[in-house]
Amino acid sequence: MLLAISASVIVVLVLLWEVAWPVAAEKIACWRARRARIEVEGYDPGRERRAEQRARTLLRSCVNEEEWAMYSDLGFIRVWGGLSDGPLGDRDGGGATYAYLIYPHKPIVAYLPQTRRLLSEYCVTFPDETRPYGSTRLPDSDDVLAKWMALTGDERRIIATANMHLPGRQVDPKQVKRDLWRLGQWEQARLRDQRRGAGSVPAP
Amino acid sequence: MKPGHGEILIAEGDVDVPEEHDELVDAFREQLEAGMWAAVPRADSGGRRQAQMVSSFEAVPQDADRVIFFPRAAGGR
Repeated sequence: MLLAISASVIVVLVLLWEVAWPVAAEKIACWRARRARIEVEGYDPGRERRAEQRARTLLRSCVNEEEWAMYSDLGFIRVWGGLSDGPLGDRDGGGATYAYLIYPHKPIVAYLPQTRRLLSEYCVTFPDETRPYGSTRLPDSDDVLAKWMALTGDERRIIATANMHLPGRQVDPKQVKRDLWRLGQWEQARLRDQRRGAGSVPAP
Repeated sequence: MKPGHGEILIAEGDVDVPEEHDELVDAFREQLEAGMWAAVPRADSGGRRQAQMVSSFEAVPQDADRVIFFPRAAGGR
């Protein structure tokens, strides 16, 4: 009896080992891969920081004061759409005022300001395949400036180039709604400040 | 615009000086042949800022003080 139970236990253990070991081995390999220190060739955090500072200076020199303040305070820029039939053609929201939110290294989000309804995401990148410093990726503020120039300079072309997706594919709609709310608050505060400034009498 | 660097001065000169004009045209062409897009930041009469995309040196407005080259857009994922 004891012998039979022992044999059964051994068989069960062997079978469990056969089933569990591949899964466990994969988990261990994943854990090791996550923990492994990966040397990124040519990556220099100091250089990236300096690049971002230069990019911010360039961005500031191109956009207007409100857009620069928006980017500094909120981390994105709003650009008004200029296509008469809207970004989606006649299909949705054609004729209504629409705008885009430009985030660094995220899709451009189109929305209707009056209702805050999100229309679509436009996934677009500006890869430099020469990889001058080991990366194809522009500094954050350069990415924003490239999108700003492309949208204000030739909106139709950039929209046609981008891959269009429904809202929420990459940018969390809740985050966008929060950003739109923050933008509204920010604009109201700016308006109040401007009114206060305009109403004040300068000292003699 | 360059990854890992930001803004890089490619060429500068006065378009009214023939030698400098030719240098600017060569630099412009070189950038476009490398697959870059070119844009001129502008301000309209209402103070609104926008960019003007240019595809040839002749299309650059006379009063432009700079042309910015940036990588051509591609559809992202």
